[in-house]
Amino acid sequence: MKKKDFDVIIVGAGPAGIAAAYKLASAGVKVIVIERGAFPGAKNVMGGIFYRKALADLIPDFEKTAPLERHIIEQKMWLLSEDSVLGGGLRSEKFNKEPYNCYSVFRAKFDKWFAQKAIEAGALIINETVVKEPIVENGKVIGIKTDRPDGDLYADVVIAADGINSLLTKALGLRESITPEKVALTVKEVIGLPEKVVNDRFGVINKHEGVTIELTGPFFEGMTTMGFIYTNKTSVSIGLGAIVEDLVHHKANINDMLEKLKAHPAVKPLIHGGETKEYMAHMIPEGGYFAITKLYTDGFMVCGDAAMLVNAVHREGSNLAIESGKLAADTYLKAKKKGDFSAKSLSAYQKKMKNSFVMKDLKMYRHLPKMMEDKRQLLTKYPQFAIDAAYDIYNIDGVAKIDKIKAIKKRVAKLGYIRMAKDAFDMWRKIR
Amino acid sequence: MRIEDKLYLIGYKVDEDGSHLEVNKKDVCKKCKNKACTFVCPVDVYKYDEKEEKLSINYDACVECGTCKIVCEYIEWRYPRGGFGVAYKFG
Repeated sequence: MKKKDFDVIIVGAGPAGIAAAYKLASAGVKVIVIERGAFPGAKNVMGGIFYRKALADLIPDFEKTAPLERHIIEQKMWLLSEDSVLGGGLRSEKFNKEPYNCYSVFRAKFDKWFAQKAIEAGALIINETVVKEPIVENGKVIGIKTDRPDGDLYADVVIAADGINSLLTKALGLRESITPEKVALTVKEVIGLPEKVVNDRFGVINKHEGVTIELTGPFFEGMTTMGFIYTNKTSVSIGLGAIVEDLVHHKANINDMLEKLKAHPAVKPLIHGGETKEYMAHMIPEGGYFAITKLYTDGFMVCGDAAMLVNAVHREGSNLAIESGKLAADTYLKAKKKGDFSAKSLSAYQKKMKNSFVMKDLKMYRHLPKMMEDKRQLLTKYPQFAIDAAYDIYNIDGVAKIDKIKAIKKRVAKLGYIRMAKDAFDMWRKIR
Repeated sequence: MRIEDKLYLIGYKVDEDGSHLEVNKKDVCKKCKNKACTFVCPVDVYKYDEKEEKLSINYDACVECGTCKIVCEYIEWRYPRGGFGVAYKFG
């Protein structure tokens, strides 16, 4: 008789794995989640913005019990140079009404809560256990080997939600080796500040309203880098991520870069007097659409970061993870009815993903990672020009405006009209 | 803030039985020009002693991001044993 301990084994208790576990357990499926950390969330990091929609479809009233920090009512974009900031953004009362668009969260707390929900739905979660490799028989994944004594487990289907460093997808040949241009190394500090100080500095009136700032520009010296500052109830999260290839090329250390960012004259006042509570690092898959792994094989599906599902432009990842976990669970439920867990049967997961916002969004931005690599001027020269031009216009120094405009036009000519027009055209052509 | 001071803020359960990180080829670091591991790692796990011509790996501090194995093909990177390694409070 075929060995089987569970219907489904899920590897990794992050948003992807727990979403799948929640959905499967709710449908009465016998499911186990294997987590290597001391608890779900122990190893998990993100900048901190969680979009509600994907989870609300699964748990409509999750806001009642989930550990959320602030809902975001204002999102800002800052272009940084050494001594200046040119900014834009959107603050809207529409973001201040339920259902909120997104929240700042701490993943160590959030994932623990989400896992508890899956347990309540009937899933079994085993912590402190590392999955060493898949067990494959006649080309079909039938289980996993763990680092526990007698730790082999068997199931109809294994779902890999084991994150950016996914051993399972690598072992099964579903992903190529990750190369340095496809990932960003991101670090973050949580800096404790009194609630009122956070409110005052970011212009909100209570601990439930929050603000986000995304930062890029020539300050990061030509490296493809995104910084962020997010408000929590009694702390501010500040961090930045840079493409690993750029770090190697520039011989740059990401913590040094974070310290430099913290000292920027526009950033320093926001965190001044705060006490760092934690420092953390994590890799983010930023290769986009072309970096996505193969999503299934016989008896096996891949979700979340393990499948490289991150939309870096919109800082979306955890919601894509949840969506993929749900769709993998849906696929299993259909396959179970047929009693067929072959690659052909599980290919329905690929189709569901293709029709979801996850793949549609990633496909739309498919050329962006390469473009950012090729067109360094988008993050350096052009923002620097815009910052300098804005300074000239704002600075009243006795020079006639008409002469200032002339000088700015000269600088545009120096950047190259044709090159700028071509860059604008390329962006328009490639992102749609 | 120095990285040494930040490490005090991170919760770890250190596996005293040994490192989950190693370089799998002898003397390869001596010939390595860039030594990317020594500056890319966000917690300074890797240090190269020029005099001794030796790479030291302070695996206790590792936060398991995996960046080192992407910049160096000779780094043998494993997850720490179940339950060991970093455990974030916030994350």
